[in-house]
Amino acid sequence: MAFIPARRRLLKAALVPSAATVVPLRFMPAAQAEPVSAPGQFSYFTPVEFTWVNAAVARLIPNDDLGPGAKEAGVATFIDHQLSGPYGRAETWYMRGPWKDGTKEQGYQLKLTPAQLYRTAIADVDAWCSKNNRRPFAEQDAAAQDKLLHGLESGDVKLARAPSKDFFQMLLQNTVEGFLSDPMYGGNRDFTGWKMIGFPGPRYNYVAEIEQYNKRYTMPTVGLLGRDGKRTQET
Amino acid sequence: MATKLPPKDVVLVGFGWTASIIGQELTDAGLQVLALERGAFRDTVPDFATTKIQDELRYAVRNELFEEPERETLTFRNSMDQTALPMRHLGSFKPAAGAGGAGVHWNGQNWRFLPTDFLQRSHIEQRYGKDFIPPDMTIQDWGVTYDELEPFYDRFEYLCGISGQAGNIQGKIQDGGNPFEGPRKRGFPLPPLKRSYGTVLFEKAAKEVGYKPFPCPAANTSKAYKNIYGVQLGECTYCGFCEWFGCGNYSKSSPQTTVFPVLLHKDNFELRTHMSVTKVLLDSSGKRATGVIYVDPQGREFEQPADLVILTAFAQHNVHLLLLSGIGKPYDPVKNEGVVGRNYAYQITSSVNVFLDDIVNPFMGAGALGQAIDEFNGDNFDHGPVKFVGGGYIALWTTGGRPILQHHLPKDAPKWGSGWKKAMADNYLRSLSIATHGSVMSYRDSYLDLDPTYRDEYGNPLLRLTFDFHPNEHLMSAFLTEKAAGIAKAMKPRHMDANPRQGHYTIVPYQTTHNTGGAVMGVDPHTSVVNRYLQSWDVPNLFVVGSCAFPQNAGYNPTGTVGALAYWAANAIRTQYMKKPGPLVSA
Repeated sequence: MAFIPARRRLLKAALVPSAATVVPLRFMPAAQAEPVSAPGQFSYFTPVEFTWVNAAVARLIPNDDLGPGAKEAGVATFIDHQLSGPYGRAETWYMRGPWKDGTKEQGYQLKLTPAQLYRTAIADVDAWCSKNNRRPFAEQDAAAQDKLLHGLESGDVKLARAPSKDFFQMLLQNTVEGFLSDPMYGGNRDFTGWKMIGFPGPRYNYVAEIEQYNKRYTMPTVGLLGRDGKRTQET
Repeated sequence: MATKLPPKDVVLVGFGWTASIIGQELTDAGLQVLALERGAFRDTVPDFATTKIQDELRYAVRNELFEEPERETLTFRNSMDQTALPMRHLGSFKPAAGAGGAGVHWNGQNWRFLPTDFLQRSHIEQRYGKDFIPPDMTIQDWGVTYDELEPFYDRFEYLCGISGQAGNIQGKIQDGGNPFEGPRKRGFPLPPLKRSYGTVLFEKAAKEVGYKPFPCPAANTSKAYKNIYGVQLGECTYCGFCEWFGCGNYSKSSPQTTVFPVLLHKDNFELRTHMSVTKVLLDSSGKRATGVIYVDPQGREFEQPADLVILTAFAQHNVHLLLLSGIGKPYDPVKNEGVVGRNYAYQITSSVNVFLDDIVNPFMGAGALGQAIDEFNGDNFDHGPVKFVGGGYIALWTTGGRPILQHHLPKDAPKWGSGWKKAMADNYLRSLSIATHGSVMSYRDSYLDLDPTYRDEYGNPLLRLTFDFHPNEHLMSAFLTEKAAGIAKAMKPRHMDANPRQGHYTIVPYQTTHNTGGAVMGVDPHTSVVNRYLQSWDVPNLFVVGSCAFPQNAGYNPTGTVGALAYWAANAIRTQYMKKPGPLVSA
């Protein structure tokens, strides 16, 4: 029996601003997971938003003496793809009203989807910068950016519309996801994150190694698309 | 109007572990069985292929295999004076959707409850006196004993091919097993799994402290195994992708790897997927179920007549369906009357993280590869001095090292920036976590009912959960955490952090999918929804199977007991009900 997706789900998808992303599939085909870096080719972000997110993730996981950071690993591209898909649309979340503020034990109660939260918060942060006579976030130096990010994390920086703590937590969580998920989603480029911590990727069989105690595993890192983590030419 | 379909002997609502077992047993008895599953069909090939399934983001973070709150969720509040709000995305627990149910994505941690767990109230009263139980604690005996369930535990273990070391065979204590377990008639079908370094370090430390550690019983097959239905499983490869994932290697016991290859080929069995059951229908007397109503993906309603209706959905979904169908008296905590929704319970967990100099390669593991001690579970120790009811096991599991959700960092490590990077690089390969897995008793103010405000996509009220941890559970969990810290200390770590469970229960973050109660079994229709055979007191041709039958929750993972209860109920239907349909216990 063929499963026909509920009509209202397709309608819901069509309401998302970025018209290029109407995909009934739960997850993007791998071809869409290829890194997109040319300006104007983002799945969800505007060029200004992409620059903003790239600046933020570069502070959350910086390029330092331990190696490349989130910017080099393609994390902004990862987030861009995630927000244009079912996650960004909160497609599987219960998003019916009435909407009320809950206790912290009751979890997420914002009417905003993740994609909407990013769009709202990024604009809010730059508006906050302007109001406080500062340059836009992406143009600030690293120390100033860190200070602002700490302010969002603690909630001390109050934004006009978006709750700063909720936004920061989502941004940080998505940044870690992008740094440590399979490279086919656009982040963790060249296995940057996995190599830094020592995770060899989905290697499947450790029968021969599991009882070799206190010994570093040295097989090359792999991803679901192979050793280079990129989709090879399909024939 | 619903389209009326040709009748079946039996209709199963939901198609996970319990439905697969009961479907297999009742088709063997010659009945025509239909299973209705709201999710998709899924099988090892192609859905869990190792080239696809080992994807932490897709399955563990974005929750691909679970129920979608958009279609099915509940509202939650800690106490009756609050307004419940919807669980908008999954958090504290992750019920499944789709064929195989949670049997697809579990870790495979497969336990038996203790003999005294089944006598929760009478045993405590006998040993410590009636006053030992707080007045608002509504614990009760199960109405079935461990000895009665033993053959059915055994059958589930031989269905799965459990790997483990017996601790008590027919009353004789066995070296290296759990000396506290109830007597089993024979050993496990398979020897324990290979040992990860973490479990070896835990075992050594636990012995030094004076405990008797043992390998945890695992539904990850340590060797190739042919089960009771002739279905073949393979040897586990320790890939570390069990919980939240399907197994691509035929080495985690699931309905797919133990029952489907036989059941799905039977002429007298039928599965319909993407069908959501919204109501159990009753005749005009209200004492007999005539079938169910279900809705297809296009919103069309169907009436499926059946002689026997068996609710085999996830725990709270069974309760939801009873409430929507008007079967059984809904529980009222104010008047302390009614039964449906009563005695919801959960699990209280905590951990102690251990940071070492040695490399432990966390990514090599299996969902139930662990070493545990059971000294502080159930009533395995004298509760007189500690003044709480219940307990739990303490275990070091090495389930895998998926980087996003399974890394451990010292509490004082920075949450981001270069400091976070350094902490990740220093600790990912060199950290372990000891878990405590505590029981939760049932209480007058912990229950399920229908929400007055929020509705699902069919316009039905959502289920409402009112639940919080009580002082008894906090006391017990703190006690377990302290014992776990004692073992951690004996591992001589360079750093350790205890993470006790404190404060209110919260719907985020993830804790366990061990939701219990709401349709509990028992001997008294005033305090139970179903009798000792999981048969509805009110509607004798309706059975309700799952952890919703637990009158309170024990200090173990529930699946072993859920499997045993499914076999126990199926056996009662085959040997008693089919001969003489009607109440198996007189009220």
